[in-house]
Amino acid sequence: MANLTRKKRPVTRILHWTIFLGVIGCVPVIFGGNAYYMYVATLIGIYIITSMGLNFTLGYTGQISLGHAAFMGLGAYTVALMTLNGYSFWLALPLGVLITFVAGLALGLPSLRVKHHYLALVTLGFGTVIYLLFSNEYEITGGFSGLPGIPRPSFFGLDLSSDIAFYFLVAAFLVLLTGIALWILNSRWGRAFKAIRENDMRAEMVGVSLLTYKLLAFAIGAAYAGIAGGLLAPLMKFVDPTSFPVHESFWFLIMLIIGGSGRFEGPFVGAIVVMLLPQFLRGTQQLYFVIFAAITLILLIFWPGGLTSLLDVFFRRVLRRNPPQFTK
Amino acid sequence: MNNILEIAGLRKKFYQLEAVAGVDFEVREGEILGLIGPNGSGKTTLFDCITGIQRPTAGEVRFMGKRITRMKPHCIYQLGIGRTFQLVQLFPGMTVLDNMIMAIQESEGTVLSRLFQMDESKDEKKAIELLEFLNIIHLKDQIAKNISYGQQKLLDMGMVLMSKPKLIMLDEPMAGVNATLGKEIAERLIELNRRGCSFLIIEHNMRVIMNLCHRIVVLDYGKKIAEGSPEEIQNNKQVLAAYFGG
Amino acid sequence: MFIQLVVSGIAIGAIYALVAIGFTLLWQASRTVNFAQGDFLTVSAVLMFIFVCLGVPFIWALLITVVIAAVLLGFVVKKAIIQPLIDRSHTTIIVATIALSFLASNSVATFWSAQCRAFPQIFGMTPYRFGSIALSRQNVWTIIIAISLILAINLFIQRTKPGKAMQAVAQNREAAKVLGINISRVTTMVFVMNAVIVVFAAMLIAPVFMVRFDMGAQLGLKAFYSAAIGGFNQIRGALLGGFLVGIIETFSSAYLSTEYREAFVLVVLIAVILIRKEGLLGTEEQ
Ligand SMILES: Nc1ncnc2c1ncn2[C@@H]1O[C@H](COP(=O)(O)OP(=O)(O)OP(=O)(O)O)[C@@H](O)[C@H]1O
Ligand SMILES: [Mg+2]
Repeated sequence: MANLTRKKRPVTRILHWTIFLGVIGCVPVIFGGNAYYMYVATLIGIYIITSMGLNFTLGYTGQISLGHAAFMGLGAYTVALMTLNGYSFWLALPLGVLITFVAGLALGLPSLRVKHHYLALVTLGFGTVIYLLFSNEYEITGGFSGLPGIPRPSFFGLDLSSDIAFYFLVAAFLVLLTGIALWILNSRWGRAFKAIRENDMRAEMVGVSLLTYKLLAFAIGAAYAGIAGGLLAPLMKFVDPTSFPVHESFWFLIMLIIGGSGRFEGPFVGAIVVMLLPQFLRGTQQLYFVIFAAITLILLIFWPGGLTSLLDVFFRRVLRRNPPQFTK
Repeated sequence: MNNILEIAGLRKKFYQLEAVAGVDFEVREGEILGLIGPNGSGKTTLFDCITGIQRPTAGEVRFMGKRITRMKPHCIYQLGIGRTFQLVQLFPGMTVLDNMIMAIQESEGTVLSRLFQMDESKDEKKAIELLEFLNIIHLKDQIAKNISYGQQKLLDMGMVLMSKPKLIMLDEPMAGVNATLGKEIAERLIELNRRGCSFLIIEHNMRVIMNLCHRIVVLDYGKKIAEGSPEEIQNNKQVLAAYFGG
Repeated sequence: MFIQLVVSGIAIGAIYALVAIGFTLLWQASRTVNFAQGDFLTVSAVLMFIFVCLGVPFIWALLITVVIAAVLLGFVVKKAIIQPLIDRSHTTIIVATIALSFLASNSVATFWSAQCRAFPQIFGMTPYRFGSIALSRQNVWTIIIAISLILAINLFIQRTKPGKAMQAVAQNREAAKVLGINISRVTTMVFVMNAVIVVFAAMLIAPVFMVRFDMGAQLGLKAFYSAAIGGFNQIRGALLGGFLVGIIETFSSAYLSTEYREAFVLVVLIAVILIRKEGLLGTEEQ
């Protein structure tokens, strides 16, 4: 099982962070010359953020969200509309996060009171309505023509509009959000999340309010998607409704399951695999959907921990660092 | 003497079967009340209804004068009712220590403060004390699902003791625990009782029940068939009939 | 105009009701929320279309499709996907059916065609005339066939032994087990039954919609909404929900706004959930 509350040794932790930051730093050194590669790398960063959010919702507290594309869309359109009207990105992004967080609370509160599958229903409905709004409110959202010309931000006079600079902005957010996620998961919230996942009945009998924690996890998940959306808009310099249809949310779920739902590394592995594989193989997008959907089913049935758990097993076998433990 | 828990006309129906069929009794403050009855007589269901895990079909439960029927389980816990389960209920993937801390963390502070409280030494100390008492301190860093059933049972009990509840409800605490330790647990329960904690205990081991309890309530087919001191119950014809099918 | 709208609302509603009944049957038997329901429909329509194109007479195309769907979408899906997951959380099964939905629709797009094709008008084109009112043959036959099917399903559940076993499982799995009912077998039967129902729904909808890899997506959702509006655990609920959704949709797109016609259904749905969370005819579950 995932070991999110297991206290890691400081050395291991430092090693992990070094690798993480090292990889982020190396990407532009290797691919910096190629605008398309940099675009893909930035996009991967954004999708990791979304999946991390979804991991709070699905992975850590076992709720389904079919509204993640819509949350992302809300973040993207907020940033797009505000920056196009001359407001600063640094004002627009927090507002987008606030909007998605509140939207998450507003959706979660009524549906979590009812029954688990109602959350699927309500988020699905929400996703549909948001998509309809983006497509049909021409005066505001530009309908299907979208909103072109979204500026990239600058940071205290530092211009971030080049592809590499923007990559580093997304990377900075990724590092920050990874840190925040780690903080949350190592706090008492994280322990409560885990307790709910392991035995929700017992969790209630030690005083855990399921509603409060599920709602929090859901809203945090929404807010992460909101940030990802807010970064997506200036990356593409353009938003339109076709980036946020309902089945995009299905796609995020698949991404997370492939990586490993409920595992801290899951979103990273999932987003990287799902985004990179099509770059190496040739074929239609639909073929990838077929392949990834099949992989998802197989993983769900045989390895619910996703690729992360497979990697785990692999490393243990190969490195024999952590032989299976029996009582001391 | 005040009543800490009052149960009035409590019923729970599963489709056709009435598992609890109108039960009234009370737990007095500071007493150890035994709840006995043949298998399937509705004891565990009654516990579930009191603690909010099951929603009773009818009737009322009052805890320290406050109506707790239909309250959420976590609120009932925070009012001061702790319970163990017949089939142990733990957080199987967490360490023993984390299980213990989990049992107290929600009773302290606010939701927001729980995000920022990183120092847990106070709770850890308390947990270690209790684990020492229960003789499972050497397992504190083991994953809960890897320890033996009896040890899990002790852990379950330890979790209840973490938050100092006013009423402790134990569902067959002695089943699967060795006799020596059973005796120690009984001593500890008496000690806690002396300090003012009330108990409601389900147990099939008659010796334990008769020695431990001040009063006993007997259920059969979801109904209360007898109530009284251990001596009275031992000599009650109806009770003997229910148990031995007379 | 008004009568035609009512008739077409009822016709599309009957199809929703049919798909929604399959949906609620699955829910009752195995707590599966089947997000692939619409894609089952797509697959069935495509199979039928392929057979018709091969020159197979329509009735045979239908029968062959029923058999294939019963095996593939019923038996295989149950045994290979739902069975291994049935003891995990509801969420896991939901995610699995979502993945299945992706798999089905994209397989159709990849291995058959991503284009849309016109399905033959099996009921004919000339409308029936009743005085000044003209009703499309498609709508009339849809209503007749769907309602007969619904009646047949009801009879099966109420009168036959397997049907009664299904009811028992739906009401209380534990009790059913005690009564000696083989739950796994009943669940498999329900999956097969659902597949057959879906094939008929596909037959009714295909002449109206085009045959396309994503033709079922909307329909599956509508069935989901219908079931939720009417009540997840009641066949009557699915029936009522289906007709309601069909009529609301038809009228709102005729008189209010086509862009937001999906939104009107959602508004009704949310209102129902807020007022009566079990759905209009649903009952509270344990
Ligand atoms: N969730 C449920 N659904 C249906 N019936 C149930 C359910 N839970 C319990 N029952 C039934 O209710 C009755 C009472 O069960 P309960 O577990 O309360 O008995 P008990 O007195 O605790 O028995 P034991 O001494 O064996 O633990 C039994 O007949 C049981 O089968
Ligand atoms: Mg019991």
